[in-house]
Amino acid sequence: MLNPYYTRRSDPFALMQSMLRDFDRRIPTRAVQPVFPTVNVWQGDEAVAITAELSGIDPADIDISVKDNVLTLSGERKAPEVPEGARWHRNERGYGKFTRTVRLPFAASDDKVEARMANGVLRIVVGRPEEDKPKKIEIKAT
Amino acid sequence: MSNDVTQATDKTPVERPETTTGARIYRPLTDIVETEDGVTLMLEMPGVAAEDVDVTLEQRVLTIRGTVRPTQPEKLQLAHAEYGEGDYERAFTLSDDFDPDKIDASVANGVLTVTLPRTAEAKPKKIAVKAS
Repeated sequence: MLNPYYTRRSDPFALMQSMLRDFDRRIPTRAVQPVFPTVNVWQGDEAVAITAELSGIDPADIDISVKDNVLTLSGERKAPEVPEGARWHRNERGYGKFTRTVRLPFAASDDKVEARMANGVLRIVVGRPEEDKPKKIEIKAT
Repeated sequence: MSNDVTQATDKTPVERPETTTGARIYRPLTDIVETEDGVTLMLEMPGVAAEDVDVTLEQRVLTIRGTVRPTQPEKLQLAHAEYGEGDYERAFTLSDDFDPDKIDASVANGVLTVTLPRTAEAKPKKIAVKAS
């Protein structure tokens, strides 16, 4: 076997490391239970935003609820309607019901939550309540 | 956390071709259904608007490209990322009995649907058997 790492005899672990690297590449690491939908969380001083890729889901089929500091995102992706006698060649997309909960860094009130869906990407913006914001304390001169 | 979505595959970045900017190109998850009239492809391309999709058919190769519009909420920093954003690209080799002029593509909720009707002469003809 012609292995470029093996030629570097000075490092006794080089061969093992290269084998491990090959092993990692061949067996893709995947979570035991796939999570759907995957979310990105954005943070700022004024708000927190959660974005999720929910392509093929009608906005009416998505439920968003906020209780204290837990945001729950649930819904259903319906399988496409195919005419009778159709034959599936490939089925890579997933269908069914899903629920995902995200813990927010603060307790949010319902009126500060805004959700928007564009091109299959959901964006939820949760405003930070006034009482949670850091207060500047002025130092009085004595 | 309950999860009943039957997800067989995740969206994966393709290794080739490379982009000049170093941005990733993803392989859209695809469902392909054969119907009486032809073949329907459904490609998942979240973040891609209808005008940013490019479908070309050249020498039997159907290439689908989608340019993503990145979602970057104003004044916020990415704190936790589970998915990556990038353009989409995937190519399929077709048999030559499709009518290139009748290919139809539409985008709804981030899913591109491409319908490829078979040419009239390629459609199977049913021959009635007469009893003698």
